[in-house]
Amino acid sequence: MTNLAVLPIVTPLLFGVLLFFVRYRIRLQMGLATAGTLATLIFSALLAHTVSKDGIQVLHVGGWEAPYGIPLVADMLAAILVTISSVVTLACLLYAFHALDDERKRNYAFPLMMILLCGVNGSFLTGDIFNLFVFFEVMLLASYVLLSLGGGRIQLRETIKYIVINIIASSLFVIAIAYLYSITGTLNMAHIAQRIAELGQDGLTTTVSLLFLTVFGLKSALFLFFWLPGSYSAPPAPIAALFAALLTKVGIYSIIRTFTLIFPHQPQITHEIMMWLAGLTMLLGALGVIAYWRIKQILAYNVIVSVGFILFGVGVASEAALSGAVYYLIHDMIAKALIFILGGAIISIAGTDKLREISGLIHFRPILGWLFFLSALALAGVPPLSGFVGKVMILQGGVQAKAFVLVALGLLSSLLVLYSVMKVFINSFWGETLLSEGEEKSTGKGALLPSLILAALVVGFGLGAEEILAYVRQAVEPLVDPSIYIEAVLS
Amino acid sequence: MKFSDLILQTAAKVLVFIIMTFSIYILFAGHHNPGGGFIGGLITASALMLLYVAFDVETIQEIIPVDFKVIGAIGVLMALLTGIGAIVADVPFLTQVYRYVDLPLLGKTGLGSALVFDLGVYLAVIGTTMTIIRSISEDM
Repeated sequence: MTNLAVLPIVTPLLFGVLLFFVRYRIRLQMGLATAGTLATLIFSALLAHTVSKDGIQVLHVGGWEAPYGIPLVADMLAAILVTISSVVTLACLLYAFHALDDERKRNYAFPLMMILLCGVNGSFLTGDIFNLFVFFEVMLLASYVLLSLGGGRIQLRETIKYIVINIIASSLFVIAIAYLYSITGTLNMAHIAQRIAELGQDGLTTTVSLLFLTVFGLKSALFLFFWLPGSYSAPPAPIAALFAALLTKVGIYSIIRTFTLIFPHQPQITHEIMMWLAGLTMLLGALGVIAYWRIKQILAYNVIVSVGFILFGVGVASEAALSGAVYYLIHDMIAKALIFILGGAIISIAGTDKLREISGLIHFRPILGWLFFLSALALAGVPPLSGFVGKVMILQGGVQAKAFVLVALGLLSSLLVLYSVMKVFINSFWGETLLSEGEEKSTGKGALLPSLILAALVVGFGLGAEEILAYVRQAVEPLVDPSIYIEAVLS
Repeated sequence: MKFSDLILQTAAKVLVFIIMTFSIYILFAGHHNPGGGFIGGLITASALMLLYVAFDVETIQEIIPVDFKVIGAIGVLMALLTGIGAIVADVPFLTQVYRYVDLPLLGKTGLGSALVFDLGVYLAVIGTTMTIIRSISEDM
C-alpha cells in the first residue's frame, strides 16, 4: 500500500461529503458516520503498526518528489496522534447521536465532525508548512460552523470572538510563512529545517520563530487563552468535547514539530520564552480552575492548564521531558474528551451547570458518578491511571534542567486541577439528592458507551505504560534528532 | 409600484449565454492559459446572479430546480474521486494521468485527470457561491 499515509485524511473527508447527500435520513447518517470513523481508526492503527515496523512512512503526493511536491510524513508521533484523534472522534460521535437535537443533526452536524477530523489528521500528517496552514483552515472552518450551529444567543456571541481571534491568528500564520519562505526559499518542512541548520539560526530567523510561537500559542491557548473559556462553554457537550480533545492539541503538535525540527538552534531564547509562557499558562489556568462554580467553565480552564503543562515539557526539550510531553499529550486528548462528555451528561441530567444547584446524582447514576471520579483522578495524574506517567517524566525533565520554579508550578497546578474536578464530583454526586426519581431532565444513558470506551483507554494507558512507552520512545527519536526526519523525507 | 424591467431582462437573456460560454472557455483553458476551475465557477455563478437580479427568485428556482448544496458536494466528491482513483491504481495519491486522444470532432486532444479535478473545483465553487447568495436572500 503506497497510499497508507493519506487514508486517515481521505476516509473522513469522503464519508463527510457522502453524508451531504442524505441530509434528512438521520439514521443512515449515523451509520455512515460510524462506519467512516471506524474505517479511519483502522487505517490509522494500521499506519501506526507499519511505522513501528518499517520506520517513518513518507508519501509524495502526486508522485512529485520532495522538496518540489507535498509530502505526507507519518512518523510515530503523527501516527499515534492520528489514531487517538480517530478514537476520540468516534466517542464524541457516539455521544452526539444521543445528545444532539434533530435540528442540528439535519443541519450537517455529523458531516462537519467528519471534516473536522479530516483537518486534524491532515495537520498531524503533513510535511509541508503551507499545507499545514491549509489543514488548519479546514479544521477551523468546520469548528466555526459547529460552534455556531443551533444559533443560540451565547453561541453567536462566542462564535464572533472565536472567528475574529482565529482569523487574526491565521493571517499572522500566513505572514510568518511568507517570512520563512523569503529566508529559506522552500516550504517543505524537512527542506526548511535543512537550510536553517546550514545557515545557522540568526536573529531574523529567531524572530520569525517567535512569530510562529505566537500563532500556535493563539491556536493552542498557550498564555493567549483569553478566547477559550467562552467559546468552549458555548457549544453542546459532544462538540465541546471534540474541541477540547482535538483543537488545542493541533496547536501543541505544531509547536512541537516546528521547534524540534525547524528552530531548535537557539533554545536559550525560544525555549526559555516558551517555558515561561507555559508557567504563566499553568498558573493563570489553575486560578481559573478554582475560581468558578459552573461546570463548563471549570472544564474549559482545565484545558488551559494541561496546555501549559505539555508545553513546559516541550520547552525543556530533553529526551525525558519530550517523552513525557508526548505521553501527556496522548493522555490529555482522551481524558479531556472523557471529562467533557461526563460533564455534559451531568448538565443534561440536572438541567443546569451551576454546581450549587446540583446534588446527590450518585443515587440515580452510580456508573456515571464513578466514571467521573476515575477521570478526575486520571486528570490529576494519580498513579495507576494514564495521567501519571507523562507528568512524572515531564517533572523529571524539569528537575534535570533545574527549572525548579516551573516544576513547583506544575505540581501546584496538578493539585488545583484535582481540587477543581473533585469540587465538581463532590458537589454534584454527593449529598442529599435534590431531584426525585423521574424528575431528572434526561437519562444520561447516551454518555455511557463513549465514556466507557474512553475510560477503558485511560486505565489501559496507565497500566500498559510499558508497552505504550516503546511507541512513545520511537515517536521522540526524530524530535530529539531531526536528521532522522529530514533524511526520511529528502532521501 | 410595478415598473417594467424590459431592457434589463432582455439584456440579461443575451448576456447570460455570453457569460456562460466565456466561463466554460475559461474552465477548459486553465491548463495552458490563465483560468481554471475557480475563476470559471465564479463567472458561471455571476451569470446565474444576473438572472436572479433580472428576474425573481421563484422564477429562477423553477427554471433551475437544483439544490446548490448538493452541487457543491458533487464537486468535492469529483475532486476526491480523482485522488481515490490513484489510490485504487496503487500510485501516489492525486497522481495525474495525461494522454493524447483522437476525439471525433476535436481531433488530437490532450486529456488529463486534472480536468476532472478542475470540474470538481468548478462545481464546488458554483455550489458554495450560489448557496451563500440564495440563503442570504431567503432570510430577507
